[in-house]
Amino acid sequence: MFSVMPDSAVRIRDLRKTFGSVEAVAGVDLDIGDGEFFSMLGPSGSGKTTVLRMIAGFERPTSGTIELGGRDVTSLAPFDRDVNTVFQDYALFPHLDVLRNVEYGLKVRGVPRAERRERARAALRSVRLDGLDGRRPAELSGGQRQRVALARALVNEPKVLLLDEPLGALDLKLREEMQVELKSIQRRAGITFVFVTHDQEEALTLSDRVAVLDRGRIEQVGTPAEVYERPATAFVAGFVGTSNRIGAVRVRPEKIHVGIEPDAGSGGESGGPAEDGPGRDGRAEGGAGTGDRHAFGTVAEVVYAGPATRFVIDLESGDRVVALQQNLRTSSMDVTRHRGARVRIGWHAEHEFSVPETGAGTAPAS
Amino acid sequence: MTAVAGRPAPGLRRRAAALLHRRPLLRLSLLLSAPLAWLVVAYLGALGAIFLTAFWTTDTFTGEIVREFTAVNFQTLWDEPVYRTIALRSLGVAVAVTAIDMAIGLPMAFYMAKVARPRHRPMLVSAILAPLWAAYLVKAYAWRVMLAEGGPVDQALEPFGLSGPGYGLTATVLVLSYLWLPYMILPVYAGLERLPGALLDASGDLGARPLRTFRTVVLPLVYPSLVAGSIFTFSLSLGDYITVKIVGGRSQLIGNVVYDNVGAANNLPFAAAVATVPVVVMLGYLAAARRTGALREL
Repeated sequence: MFSVMPDSAVRIRDLRKTFGSVEAVAGVDLDIGDGEFFSMLGPSGSGKTTVLRMIAGFERPTSGTIELGGRDVTSLAPFDRDVNTVFQDYALFPHLDVLRNVEYGLKVRGVPRAERRERARAALRSVRLDGLDGRRPAELSGGQRQRVALARALVNEPKVLLLDEPLGALDLKLREEMQVELKSIQRRAGITFVFVTHDQEEALTLSDRVAVLDRGRIEQVGTPAEVYERPATAFVAGFVGTSNRIGAVRVRPEKIHVGIEPDAGSGGESGGPAEDGPGRDGRAEGGAGTGDRHAFGTVAEVVYAGPATRFVIDLESGDRVVALQQNLRTSSMDVTRHRGARVRIGWHAEHEFSVPETGAGTAPAS
Repeated sequence: MTAVAGRPAPGLRRRAAALLHRRPLLRLSLLLSAPLAWLVVAYLGALGAIFLTAFWTTDTFTGEIVREFTAVNFQTLWDEPVYRTIALRSLGVAVAVTAIDMAIGLPMAFYMAKVARPRHRPMLVSAILAPLWAAYLVKAYAWRVMLAEGGPVDQALEPFGLSGPGYGLTATVLVLSYLWLPYMILPVYAGLERLPGALLDASGDLGARPLRTFRTVVLPLVYPSLVAGSIFTFSLSLGDYITVKIVGGRSQLIGNVVYDNVGAANNLPFAAAVATVPVVVMLGYLAAARRTGALREL
């Protein structure tokens, strides 16, 4: 829906950037809608950060154009662009306290002292960071610095907020917390977010749309569901989640049911534990190995991972697949004794997808 | 060392090492006693001797040093207008040299640390250090040639209808600025290199133009390094007497007064009293610098 909007917040056409002989960005076209949470996802070296830095104005494109709100800003300096950036390691001014850091943009633009104090405090409240006005960045925790960086950018009320792996330096717990918060801040402020990350889960969780980049090109742009369920290229299929190749098609690990139900069996089936020993197929409906497609194989590896168990299965066809089973009924680690067991796996045809298998990233997708 | 296999009785070295391992204080005193002795005896001792000598006098008739405590040397220093003039002139030269080196050194250091490509940086640092490999005297005399009447400087300025400064105080400031410039650039370069480039990006991103960024981000963060560099340029200028002899014409600085009193006038106590002036000035300067945190940059 966003791509058809007439005036996008960010419009990028045939953007290229070469560093010496390295082509970091090799022809990128993007339309990012107003108020959209847009992620650029890719491995390091995919050019996502370079694209972001060109939107901010820190790098000059080798060729191509960048428009912000319909205005061509390609040759404008950062201080003339209506965007603000949250930097990867926050880039807070170490010699200024929290309040002065947040005020900085307003002060530079000549906002009177009383007003900028007021707005800076409001911005700090909006990121839930009260009462630390006088602290220096060195006296803050990672999460607090993150919030100051966010407030410092948001207080200027930019049309577009650029975020360069802003959660990368936080530990998992805090990262998940900040993800939720980022999303709610974005929704409240109605600002366009352009979010760079290498973490596919983060991109899928937060974004309205995701662009997957590899080697300076966009492989696919779409909603998280589109990118995950219908990857356009082999690279996307491999980078966003895991994809199993079964014959000519691909299936996601969690879509594969494994013919092992270690505990208590499946629902109504009676007569002893329903776990299937070697040589027997799980045939319980609603349970193991269901689906209208089947294959047989041997369990090569079983990894117990808390909420789920990961099976690595060598199929008779020679393909090796990974299947992820939620530990709904498994109450212990006894799943691991299925290593070497012969199993039947099942999946539904509707969950199959296929990508051009002619090698990753041959054609720019957009 | 011998093999451990047979576990023979531990050797002397091994036992000494074990003893040192158990006694950190002993370890520390062994490590530091030699340099500390040097510092106290040779370094502070010499300084103390100068200060003590300053309170003695010279018998004008015999030239012998009279070891009687008196403040007469300091009295002379204070009362004679010529010494006050020389002291102020020396201070002025040191301030001018420091200011010039800051003005030249800061942009150069900025270029080296933030603009030049990282792989060119070691080369640039070497280029800054290169003049230090040449002898001080050679460089000073080279400037004497350059500044001579009708010399290269005059010739270069001639098309613009100007002439070189000739020998004098201006030439002294010029040459001292040249000589001490590396001592300003290096600490400032080190300070700027530690300044994350993202801070400059962030400032621009928040709407600040380059000059504003320089004033509100670069300058405050590099300030301690500037002060550190200025300690070098200031103190080296304050104590110099050779450059002014070579290119200074008839100008005199504190160093010349000290030198003349040690040599020609054979009045060591008065020379010592004069020499305490730059020491006192530097102590004041260091105390001020300490407040900026600059001493951590040295």
